[in-house]
Amino acid sequence: MERQVTYSEAILSAFEYLLKNYPEVFILGQGVWSPWYVGNTMQGLNVKFGKGRVIDSPVSEWACTGIGVGASLFGYRPIIIHPRMDFMVLATDPLVNQAAKWSYMLGGRANPCVTVRSIINRGGEQGAQHSQALHSWYAHIPGLRVVMPATPTDARDLLIAAVLCDDPVLYIDDRWLYEEKEALPPIQELNLTQQQPKVLKQGKDVTIVGSSYSTYLAMQTAKELKTHDIDAEVIDLRILNPLDPSVIIKSTEKTGRLVVIDGSWRNCGLAGEIIASVVEKIDPRILKAKPCRITLPDTPAPTSRVLEEIYYPKVTGILKKVISLFTPTEQNENEPLMADIYELKKQKLI
Amino acid sequence: MYSLGNLANPEKLTSPLEINPGDDRFLMKSLEMMYLIRRTEECIADLIKSGEINCPCHLAVGQEAIAVGIAHNLNNKDRVFGNHRSHAQYLALGGSVEQLLAEVLGKATGCSRGMGGSMHLYSGDHGFHGSVPLVAGTIPIAVGAALAAKFDNKNAVGVAFFGDGACEEGVLHESLNIASIMKLPMIFIVENNLYSSHLDIQQRQPFDSVARFAIPHDVDSQVVDGNDVVAVEKASRELIQRARSGDGPGLLEAVTFRWLGHVGPNEDIDVGVRRSVTELEAWKKRDPILRLYKALEKHRLISPQDFKNLKQNMDELINNAKDKALKAPWPSLDNLNKFVYAPHRE
Repeated sequence: MERQVTYSEAILSAFEYLLKNYPEVFILGQGVWSPWYVGNTMQGLNVKFGKGRVIDSPVSEWACTGIGVGASLFGYRPIIIHPRMDFMVLATDPLVNQAAKWSYMLGGRANPCVTVRSIINRGGEQGAQHSQALHSWYAHIPGLRVVMPATPTDARDLLIAAVLCDDPVLYIDDRWLYEEKEALPPIQELNLTQQQPKVLKQGKDVTIVGSSYSTYLAMQTAKELKTHDIDAEVIDLRILNPLDPSVIIKSTEKTGRLVVIDGSWRNCGLAGEIIASVVEKIDPRILKAKPCRITLPDTPAPTSRVLEEIYYPKVTGILKKVISLFTPTEQNENEPLMADIYELKKQKLI
Repeated sequence: MYSLGNLANPEKLTSPLEINPGDDRFLMKSLEMMYLIRRTEECIADLIKSGEINCPCHLAVGQEAIAVGIAHNLNNKDRVFGNHRSHAQYLALGGSVEQLLAEVLGKATGCSRGMGGSMHLYSGDHGFHGSVPLVAGTIPIAVGAALAAKFDNKNAVGVAFFGDGACEEGVLHESLNIASIMKLPMIFIVENNLYSSHLDIQQRQPFDSVARFAIPHDVDSQVVDGNDVVAVEKASRELIQRARSGDGPGLLEAVTFRWLGHVGPNEDIDVGVRRSVTELEAWKKRDPILRLYKALEKHRLISPQDFKNLKQNMDELINNAKDKALKAPWPSLDNLNKFVYAPHRE
């Protein structure tokens, strides 16, 4: 059997490929010499390629990200690392005001080809400032490509594509996926600008869209749905900005049902954007159920384990929600998921 | 401690500059460039008043000597970044007057193809790699350019121009620290005009000299009269040579005063907490152009007629540029979404 490679090993192999084949690539960020920060995704890079190219940085998110933007204007392809996304908020100016707008405001005279890699790291009672998934926020910004791989193959090939892309790219990986495995095909240098959402599993009854860990949840849910005789189509978004909804539109036209799972908040979030992008393009009469989104509740992440347990979408809750689309009368569409899980949890606790 | 003393006192330092007559080429060039900058800024002010220019313009009248003195020590391989008030830096490095005026007018022939306006200038061929109005925003970007220069080992330097207000942003300190720890060929230029928008430095900082921020980061610094092109040239030469030879970053604080308001064509003496007619009139006596001219005249390096000719030539150049910029075409409407991303790689 072919060797199975984990998501985190796949990220490491992308870094090795880039550093080996592209002398203009260098890495700057906090904790890149330490597995404590970045898991095994960067293990040994500083030894193999030298601490001059794999640079562990001072605690300066703003400056380090700005340095990436600056170096990218002079022939380099820097990768700036933010091992925990919450801290990247301190680098908002260089990402949102500078990198994303640089080409536009200078009339295309220069393109900052910087890649910013950020890790979603949550759970384990880490609380409100150590749990955030802010991809929806960044995907709002024109000029900033946002990439979220769900599979080991994408974790590797989309990182390579991000770094070789001439635009600023935010690449977000998720610690909850680090142990996911698959047999990897040979490395492919993809053109990031040509990438689209991908159908991971074909089906005819309902379209379930996810990105990153939400795609994993969608795939697990699809397996469970089979036992309920529901054939789900799963689409992995992959590229959040610029968003290309054509694959999802086509799928929804086929299934008549659309569910979007997203690990960020509901208000002004990715899930709402996907639904809007689909429903404004289709004939509403083809819908067999109201489109639905499964997101975090609009609260910061709690710490206490009983609250954390009900905070994140899980397969059981998603399953229940999807099944409800086939028996539409018994649910209140607005807040059923949280309430249901909460009920279940309460009963268990009692 | 950390006081600018006479440098911030407009009653002082008003006499002709002390010059070395042997530097006449640099001095004449500086006089011409400072005059070109001032008249271009005045031309822009007039175009704002007449309604032709709409975009916010932060003019550098009174501050011309800093960019001109520093540009003398830079070349087109260096990587210079500006801020909201960058017309002078762009011009001092050799940026085209016509493309500046076209940019400010929003024309397709502008230095940023009419996509940036006054606050987003670019002239990469002359080493000017971009200006932005987010205060302190380009400081780490210039540090990144310096890091790239260090990787390349080609003796180029990164340069960030910013004001005293930007020194109150945390990223300056992050950037000084990193430039120092990595020993980068990076030059921090503070144009300390004693005001951030309407608010004077005494209301914002416990001391009026910002070069103090270099000290704890172990960055070499100098403080000069920013209205003395000779002093600026000398201090920046020392810092730049040091950075080029691999001895690490430097910070230059050049003290000056802007004759016009924070933004726009007026003197805005009524919007400041301290800014007054008296203060402005006093500072106008420390005119960087007049002080250089008087020194040149004293050493018989220029006659009133020469100066008149110089002015005439520059005025003509600016008028021609203005005519061309006013006649230039607007950007095509498909430029609205043309530059969001780089041209596609196939």
